[in-house]
Amino acid sequence: MSWIENRFEEGLIVTSLDWAINWGRQNSIWPMTFGLACCAIEMMAVGASRFDIDRFGAGAFRASPRQSDLMIVAGTVTYKMASRVKRLYNQMPDPKYVIAMGACTIGGGPYFKHGYHVVKGVDLVVPVDVYVPGCPPRPEALIEGLMRLQDKIRHQTRAIDPMTRVRREVLAR
Amino acid sequence: MAETVIETQPDLHFDVDPSQQGDLRTEEMLVNMGPQHPATHGVLRVVLRTDGELVLESVPHVGYLHRCAEKIGENLQPYQYIPYTDRMDYLAGMNNNQAFAIAIEELAGIEVPERAKYIRVIFAELNRIASHLVAFGTYGLDMGAFTPFLYSFREREMILDLFESACGARLTYSYITVGGVHEEMPDSFLDVLHEFLDYFEPKIDEYNQLLSYNHIFVKRTANVGVISAADAIAWGLTGPCIRGSGVRWDLRKSTPYEIYDRFDFGVPIGHPGGTEGIPNAVVVGDCWSRYFVRVCEMQESCRIIRQAMAQIPEGEFTAAKVKNIKLPDDEVYVEIENPRGQLGFYVRGDGSAIPARVKARGPSFCNISILNHIGRGCLLADIPAIIGSVDIVMGEVDR
Amino acid sequence: MVSEEICDILKSEFGDAVVGSVMDARRPYVVIAADRWAEVAAFLRDDSRMQMNMLQCLTALDLLEDNKLAAVYDLFSFPVTSAEEVPLLRHHFAVRVEVNRDDPHIPTVSHVWPTADWHEREAYDMMGIVFDGHPELTRILCPDDWIGFPLRKDYEYPVDYHGIPGTTEHQLTNPRH
Repeated sequence: MSWIENRFEEGLIVTSLDWAINWGRQNSIWPMTFGLACCAIEMMAVGASRFDIDRFGAGAFRASPRQSDLMIVAGTVTYKMASRVKRLYNQMPDPKYVIAMGACTIGGGPYFKHGYHVVKGVDLVVPVDVYVPGCPPRPEALIEGLMRLQDKIRHQTRAIDPMTRVRREVLAR
Repeated sequence: MAETVIETQPDLHFDVDPSQQGDLRTEEMLVNMGPQHPATHGVLRVVLRTDGELVLESVPHVGYLHRCAEKIGENLQPYQYIPYTDRMDYLAGMNNNQAFAIAIEELAGIEVPERAKYIRVIFAELNRIASHLVAFGTYGLDMGAFTPFLYSFREREMILDLFESACGARLTYSYITVGGVHEEMPDSFLDVLHEFLDYFEPKIDEYNQLLSYNHIFVKRTANVGVISAADAIAWGLTGPCIRGSGVRWDLRKSTPYEIYDRFDFGVPIGHPGGTEGIPNAVVVGDCWSRYFVRVCEMQESCRIIRQAMAQIPEGEFTAAKVKNIKLPDDEVYVEIENPRGQLGFYVRGDGSAIPARVKARGPSFCNISILNHIGRGCLLADIPAIIGSVDIVMGEVDR
Repeated sequence: MVSEEICDILKSEFGDAVVGSVMDARRPYVVIAADRWAEVAAFLRDDSRMQMNMLQCLTALDLLEDNKLAAVYDLFSFPVTSAEEVPLLRHHFAVRVEVNRDDPHIPTVSHVWPTADWHEREAYDMMGIVFDGHPELTRILCPDDWIGFPLRKDYEYPVDYHGIPGTTEHQLTNPRH
């Protein structure tokens, strides 16, 4: 028997700060209602009766970027829309995440060759965390993408990560 | 608000009581609504000039989803272009496939087998129901009612399951192609469809109880955004928008394409309030009429599907040799009845396999152009009601 | 009424404004001189024999080999009635207005058919046809600072737009244009 066992009252939870914060964040990702095109209909289907994204804590679709954590870019981004996408991303509070949903947002999709007005991937405009392929992706695929995003959040740490430390050391030299 | 003095806009639709005109002046304000707004059904942007709650001007700005569909049409063979028609009106992919397929068939002189025509009608009408279900559900969302959305998507998923069993896709089908349909229906498809229709038809009454006659809903939509029949025609409105204005016009009935002349179905139109159980506040051509036309059309589509299922013959599901068609040096303009109105395809061939020009006349493009005309003088909260009742799909407005 | 009869009426009313007509095609049309088009349009709408109260579609064409641009107007006489039996006036008619590719000017018909407003803006945006007298002839689909008219056959795809790269690969392979 170790010295620490049986020393605390019932109901006390011992955890790390990282785990607690990540646990909270990953289960309350509030997406922004940001439907651009066809994929938006599948995004609506994810929020509706059969697929019910609320099971993952991501069902509170916010109309304003200032209240949301996740931007699901669902549909083709055009040049006319690109500046708006960027502005909406900038309006979101940190920490913020982006899911690129569908072939168009990944790399132009079917509009790559002749789409003179289509941005060839939303990662040219805003940084993307998770790519969900498909044209449009099935709702299951979007849920899978959301779960991968939760994995990503789960492994975040408040400590300086090794890459940042290296970068700082290089800069300090 | 009744005290508002509007001297610069003498031709507005609302009445300003002269006795109420005092010194109170409010400042005009420009409100930018969209392109990211939950009630604009996509990426429509409306610039509103408001005086308090009153909308003086509402100018729609489109093009945020311009995906160069017409340029792509000039670079691909018709067979390859079918998937792009799906993505124009992505709520009614089947109907768009059908319109383009009919245009190419007419241009190249391809005869479609009888069975394929019936399959096309069944799928087009199913897609009409699915599209109207989305319109119904999201219109409830626009008006602040969340539950109808869940109900309508429950039934819509069943239709999508049927589509999926036939062609493997949930939203962008490319099932109806030039010369017929892409593949034969699965074995038990018609049985499942029978079951679905038996299940679905009573649900329409449920929708009516849930939303159509809801007191708050009627208050929000009746006598709002009224479009007269003459205006509707002049602005090129089609589909439920013009039928809501009391004009009995449906291409399936008036100039039947494919085999629609073999079916018995009605064309619902907007009726004045107080008649046929319609709420008293309703006037012909308002948001409620347009909405209700869609609900009634779901019933009629069910009737068409039932008749088509009873009549469907055995045979081929596609004409032979549909790839690499040479398009003659000629042009066609074909219109069919989409869930949103008349979808037209202008195709011009030049002797090669690739069209020289493809032009799509999107019904939503014409339907939304009237927004500034009818939105003038209404309240700010009525603008989402009007946009929702017109039921636009931006993929088709911008193409 | 069939297109031949409409064409004959137009010829007797306007004479040389009818530049040409193609009546044996799958979709017959008449070619109207650009400078007379506005008055012909008003006649088509208002005359009791025509009553073309609906502009269904406006298609802009690029006829590169003839060095011309064309606007094709699909007209329809819409029966203004709510009865099941619609009256006889229910005819389609197509009008084509051809202009020089270097200086394309067509008078607007947005005062005749309000729906032409947006259609003409689209034709201007995509093909560069200038509609004289249009209340607000600006780009509708592309951004205001867009360069070039995309649906012209000799259009060059943008290499980038405001720092966002375009399809450079397309420039290299360049299949048709």
